[in-house]
Amino acid sequence: MIRVDSLVVRYPGMRAAALDGVSFEALPGRITAVVGPNGSGKSTFVRTLVRRVAPTSGRILVDGIATDRLSPREVAQIVSVVPQREEPVFPMQVRDLVALGRYPHGGAFTAPTAQDRAAVAQAIVRADIAALVERSTDTLSGGEWQRVRIARALAQGGRAIVLDEPTTYLDIAHEMAVFELCDALARQGLCVVLVSHQLNLVARFADQIVLLHQGRVAAEGSPNEVMRGDVLERVYEWPLIVSRDPAVGAPVLLPLRHRGTR
Amino acid sequence: MSAPRWIALLAAIVAVVTLALGFGAVALSPAEVWQAVLGGGDPTAETIVRTIRLPRILLGLVVGVGLAGSGTALQAALRNPLAEPYLLGVSGGAALGAVCVVAIGGAGVVVPIAAFVGALLAVQCVLMVARAAGGRTDPRILLMSGVVVGAFCTAAIMVALVRTPEGAVRGALWWMMGSLADARWPVVLTTAASVGGGLAALLWRGRDLDVLALGEEPAAALGLDLDRTTRFVFITASFLAAATVAAVGLVGFVGLMVPAIARALGARQTRGTIAVAAVAGGVLVVLADLVARTVMRPAELPLGAVTALIGVPFFLWRLRQTVAR
Repeated sequence: MIRVDSLVVRYPGMRAAALDGVSFEALPGRITAVVGPNGSGKSTFVRTLVRRVAPTSGRILVDGIATDRLSPREVAQIVSVVPQREEPVFPMQVRDLVALGRYPHGGAFTAPTAQDRAAVAQAIVRADIAALVERSTDTLSGGEWQRVRIARALAQGGRAIVLDEPTTYLDIAHEMAVFELCDALARQGLCVVLVSHQLNLVARFADQIVLLHQGRVAAEGSPNEVMRGDVLERVYEWPLIVSRDPAVGAPVLLPLRHRGTR
Repeated sequence: MSAPRWIALLAAIVAVVTLALGFGAVALSPAEVWQAVLGGGDPTAETIVRTIRLPRILLGLVVGVGLAGSGTALQAALRNPLAEPYLLGVSGGAALGAVCVVAIGGAGVVVPIAAFVGALLAVQCVLMVARAAGGRTDPRILLMSGVVVGAFCTAAIMVALVRTPEGAVRGALWWMMGSLADARWPVVLTTAASVGGGLAALLWRGRDLDVLALGEEPAAALGLDLDRTTRFVFITASFLAAATVAAVGLVGFVGLMVPAIARALGARQTRGTIAVAAVAGGVLVVLADLVARTVMRPAELPLGAVTALIGVPFFLWRLRQTVAR
């Protein structure tokens, strides 16, 4: 569905490549988590996907077609991206904001089609925001705002959804709600890519983890394969241990307090 | 926006236009005004209304519409509720371009073209200064850059006008403070055509502007061609500002106030905001001109002075809101 193929991205004036030969594949019906420390290249991957950054070499393919052979709108019809940062400056009604998800499908003066209206209605149900649609975006809490943005991405109608740090600034309940929603979307057949710092939640929800370190893939596989103490300690450069979640048995990372003190 | 609010806004236009046509050295009743407009009644009243007051008021409406479109588009593209052509130095650049051409004997269609080129150069300068200061997205840095470029343009206008024979061209006051006093039908028609074209282009791309106003990353995620759309907005907003400056000189703060009024009236998406702001902009400029020519009669205040007297407190209030957020 989304295949990253030997992707190299080098920013002007930077000696080291932000992404240096990264390859992985995210499949439909699965949650693929892209994790790694700050500066490991996670956000560069997202920026390259939405064509804000051009690859130095390599490519990203969606549905088997390289993104540079598609227009930005064509990419947006296949892959929906929920960016990390978005602050509304001009308030908008939630329903109108979700309807903007149909932007890649419409012309300048094309009235919304029945398909557009159905996609918006379905997205509102899937993201569970029916109670919010009449509200203005400046009245939403952090968790509500995140769900509304996910609804807009679902209204795009793509077969893949990429969420960049979707739970930043959210409390436990809202964080869990977002992860549960991602899980439900994957079970409905969507290809879900989660770019996240929340290793422990990722280990519980993801089918596959891609661990980035200094622009390269440091480890890739199931949560049990990637969440290993020696691997994570080397990548995060911090002493830690990996234990087991008593409820579900998923690996849990526990950072230790001081370097060299266990 | 709801239908009753639209009706109220359109009624406000009719009322303000009637009021403005009736006020002046010779006072006319609303009945006399509309008889004169429609080509009947007293010949003197008809001459006053159709030759002097009507072009002036229609030019005021057109200028208000143009500044509203320019302000709304700039605010969406820069995601900045304080952005407007005057404060961003765009109008100053337009005035400088026009004055330079006039000072060397240029006239006619060359003047608005020079104004357009000046506006485009000014907007590029503002963005470069803001980028160099590390804050294109910071509303305060962007405005400071605009004020600096605007101040430079004002100084350059003064220099350009010093060597120009008195009476040969409009004075510095006309360019820097704006006036509808010279309104004649040809200027009304050419400005209306330019403003109409610019506004139609903005309305055509209204959905793109909605997406652009979300911010760079969300807009890119929705498949918007960011660079092309941003360039389109700057060119169109500069074109609208230049058309108004070439016709009436610098009139500030209208592009700041009317998009906010439109949003306060319930407009949310760009097309609706532009439409409501255009109506509100027309009403505001005609009212400001009415104040300018009546409060200290027979002396006439500069139009830009009246809009600034209203606009500066409004700006401070919006600045406080923006910084607090």
